[in-house]
Amino acid sequence: MLELIDKYWLYFLIGQYPGGPLGGLVLTLILASLGLLLSLPLGLALGLMRVSPWRWLRLPVTGFVYLVRGIPLLMVVFWAYFFLPSITGVKTNQFWTMLIALVVFDAAYLAEIVRAGIQGLPKGQMECARALGLPYLKAMRCVVLPQALRHSLPSLVNQFISTIKETSLGYIIGLTEVSFIANQINTLAFTKPVEVFGILGLTYFVLCFGLSRFAHWVERRMARQGLGGRISTKPAA
Amino acid sequence: MIQFDPQMLLAGQYHDMLVAGFKMSLQYLFYGLCLSLPLGLLIALCRLSPFKLLRAFGTSYVEVVRSIPLLAHMLFWYFGVPEMLPTALKEVLYESPVESICAVLAISVYVAAYMAEDIRSGIRAVPAVQLEAARAIGLSYVQAMRLVILPQALRLTVPPLISQTLNLWKGTSIATVIGAAELMYEVGQVESQSFRSFEAFAFASVAYLTVSLVITGLASWFQHRYPVRTM
Repeated sequence: MLELIDKYWLYFLIGQYPGGPLGGLVLTLILASLGLLLSLPLGLALGLMRVSPWRWLRLPVTGFVYLVRGIPLLMVVFWAYFFLPSITGVKTNQFWTMLIALVVFDAAYLAEIVRAGIQGLPKGQMECARALGLPYLKAMRCVVLPQALRHSLPSLVNQFISTIKETSLGYIIGLTEVSFIANQINTLAFTKPVEVFGILGLTYFVLCFGLSRFAHWVERRMARQGLGGRISTKPAA
Repeated sequence: MIQFDPQMLLAGQYHDMLVAGFKMSLQYLFYGLCLSLPLGLLIALCRLSPFKLLRAFGTSYVEVVRSIPLLAHMLFWYFGVPEMLPTALKEVLYESPVESICAVLAISVYVAAYMAEDIRSGIRAVPAVQLEAARAIGLSYVQAMRLVILPQALRLTVPPLISQTLNLWKGTSIATVIGAAELMYEVGQVESQSFRSFEAFAFASVAYLTVSLVITGLASWFQHRYPVRTM
């Protein structure tokens, strides 16, 4: 096992990087971070549309969210692989295919997180803001969203964990992320599948477990600051 | 412009391949559910048990399994686990449909961790006094769990469990990496043989979506039919 690590650790971390395309664990992390960052604005917009009072905005987005949440990510990846070249006219490589599939897929899930955050706030917040004379969008931007997004912060970290796990599907379209590299190493080392895939699992575990502890920490910290509860009730008298 | 030819989806060899894949996926869903539900319940009870060792086991199972993507589970179960078995058992395994067995095991182990969490939070939502009262009237711990706590927890637990079933259903698609002949794999086959990607993808998307919507509908029906009673 030590021999295995000694021989392949660099390949596992960065793929063939200096001599070839970047890969391995670094590519997984880049893909997950970019995926989440790019899907944030899209997810926010979709989430807002999903709770909007205008039906022509709400219905298509609701349909989209149901559609994306109803099919496996692999299906989205396949669609991206198939459709992107015919839309853009150039042959997209695996990285962009995977990234775009991740962004579309995550945006649908983030939209639900944003929606839950907004609907989790007491209705009075919106009503008060409107009663004070703020227009709908301004009330949303200045009153509702700052509170709602703070509540969904732990969910966002959890979504990042999911995104890291989702990048493993790049394996199927031949993207050289860490699962693909592990499989390559398995082929090279030939007789040590248990060790190779054990190390792969351990790597994901360290990464995702660390992040989930971080999410817990954020949640606890927010609870301590009195931001975790939905509403801070003061005694009437 | 892309041509869409519904004819090939309605009859012929490609139709047969896709339908066979769909049936295989449904079988994975069924067997996965049969394995992961009891396993999830077992892990949840471990996590709630009064013994420290069992609790530690349950917690580490959930944390470890949930942190590793399903794809890595699949690779491990397919390439790794058979190597660890004794030779006689290995031969038996390789004579049976090994891809399907490994796929179902991997999915079940993976989803069971999520189910355990749902069951646990359902059980914890039942007030502690219920258990205390049940013990006080002379039921053993196991009896109190079976007769008092679990029936109450069930109403709380079933809707999240149904949505875990949805994850199980979507997870079956990943079995394609180890070459199990489920829907996604057949789509790949049809695509490479006929070059009709659009039709094959459309078929698979509609199939996945239909089952997903049925499962989602089931969850909201259950919530409506068996609302949580206030305790």
